Amino acid sequence: MRLALRPYFLIVPALLLTCGILYPFGLGLYYTLFDFSASKPQPDMVRFENYSTVFTQEAFWNSAWVTVLYAVGAAFVETVLGVAVALLLHRSTLLGRVLEKILILPLMIAPVIAAIIWKLMLQPSVGVVNYLLRPFGLGGVQWTDTPTGALLSSIAVDVWVYTPFVAILALAGLRSLPTSPFEAAAVDGAGWWYTFRRLTLPMLWPYVLVAVIFRFMDSLKVFDIIYALTEGGPGDSTVVLQIRAYLEAIRFQRYSFGISYTIVLWAVVYLAAMVLVKHLGKIQRKAAEVTS
Amino acid sequence: MRKRLVGWVCDTALILYFVFALFPIAWMVILSLKPTDQLFSTYFSFSPTLDGYRTVLGDSEGIPFVRFFVNSLVVSVGAVALSLVVGLPAAYASARWRFKGSENLMFTLLSFRFAPELTVIIPLFVLYQKLGLFDTYVGMVWVLQLVTLPLIVWIMRSYFADLTPELEQAALLDGYTRKQAFFRVALPLVKPGIAAVSLLAFIFAWNNFVFPLILTSNEAQTVTVGALSFLGGDRPKYNLTAAAALVSVVPPLLLALTIQRYLVRGLSFGAVKS
Repeated sequence: MRLALRPYFLIVPALLLTCGILYPFGLGLYYTLFDFSASKPQPDMVRFENYSTVFTQEAFWNSAWVTVLYAVGAAFVETVLGVAVALLLHRSTLLGRVLEKILILPLMIAPVIAAIIWKLMLQPSVGVVNYLLRPFGLGGVQWTDTPTGALLSSIAVDVWVYTPFVAILALAGLRSLPTSPFEAAAVDGAGWWYTFRRLTLPMLWPYVLVAVIFRFMDSLKVFDIIYALTEGGPGDSTVVLQIRAYLEAIRFQRYSFGISYTIVLWAVVYLAAMVLVKHLGKIQRKAAEVTS
Repeated sequence: MRKRLVGWVCDTALILYFVFALFPIAWMVILSLKPTDQLFSTYFSFSPTLDGYRTVLGDSEGIPFVRFFVNSLVVSVGAVALSLVVGLPAAYASARWRFKGSENLMFTLLSFRFAPELTVIIPLFVLYQKLGLFDTYVGMVWVLQLVTLPLIVWIMRSYFADLTPELEQAALLDGYTRKQAFFRVALPLVKPGIAAVSLLAFIFAWNNFVFPLILTSNEAQTVTVGALSFLGGDRPKYNLTAAAALVSVVPPLLLALTIQRYLVRGLSFGAVKS
């Protein structure tokens, strides 16, 4: 009996701390049933009115659209670029071995600091990016002051910070692939592209997909990069869901309403996680077939 | 001939990516060394000065940056220490015993990595105001568990799982208690893992922005929030912002360079093995 209880006993402290987080989560869920705000400290129970307001607001659908654009864009570019960098580093030249050591650096910088750095570099009149582009006749680009530019700039910061993450996972994957299929392909005289498409990519895909899942889910709840770079502007062009929740709950002090935004986001992230993890299982089984 | 051309193209592509990756950091160094009156005039030629750092570290401009730096150290170390104390036994238990609900419990822990921060922050904000935890070290350490604990449990779990149980069983046969077997046999063997995961967790806690932004105002504010304050004002002082940004990334960057090998292992373990 003592032995059967021991693992629970060891996990209890961690779970207690976790409950310290679960409690506010539950409290937040409870708050969304009221019209709790700074102007109304004695709230009435409104049941699901906050949620029905969320879903009928044009601002919500705009935010949802911006969030999806951002997450898909960032995850896609990071995957392609990260895998490319990993493949180049895997060639293991002297240059690659030297550069590999510093690959991790952008990932170690707080995203909010990265956003500040890029904000300074992208200033239209005095930023260094436009200064360097001037010889090419592109000196006056309004990077973060146009809707499309602001979205692309924030994705660029995300790409700068997180591409190393994808590259590291892809590189770890490349190094753990079995060598025999590649030797066999080389003996058969298979070209680089054929080997890449038929062997490397299918076997590497499970590793890459884990990275994609992490990046996609994290980008869906992006906050710090946008907060420091554009604060959601110009207009509503980069107001992702967490920024909208922040504006509603903290700036306009409509607490319950702001939390309902994050609850909707939470639900979406969980659904996305479930679908992706299920897909991951399928991909892993397929990869195992190729390897064997 | 063709092979050499391919090699040349690959090298160029690699160098281009690393220019993109490293230029912003180098540019911050340049910007931070510029004197205020030369900020906008010349780009790569100027007379370098450490005035920017002096202002930032000397509490000028009314922003107590050094205190924010110390705050970051205190709350990050605190969060990592607390997470290790509760996380190591949990990781060990889940690696050694398959028990009812173990996978679900572990998944619950991991799932906090994917929860939008603002969902818990807003209720915590209200709660902290009531409990007097707003803008305090205790409040920050408590909430940073959300970042550090899942990381430590998940990575240490795979380290413990890599140890063969026979080692501890042999210790038990020698008359060790379970507790002694854990502390004298299992724990010393995963020491390198503990060191790596602690530093990784420290970096993640240090880099967090949302929690200090909303749950602190002045007393317990951290560098990530503090660095933003130099952007305000009528005439943005870019050199001060750059200096503040650089000072705030020194600890994570130094750690990353020293334990680079282990960090990569930690990052890929956390993702690939789970």
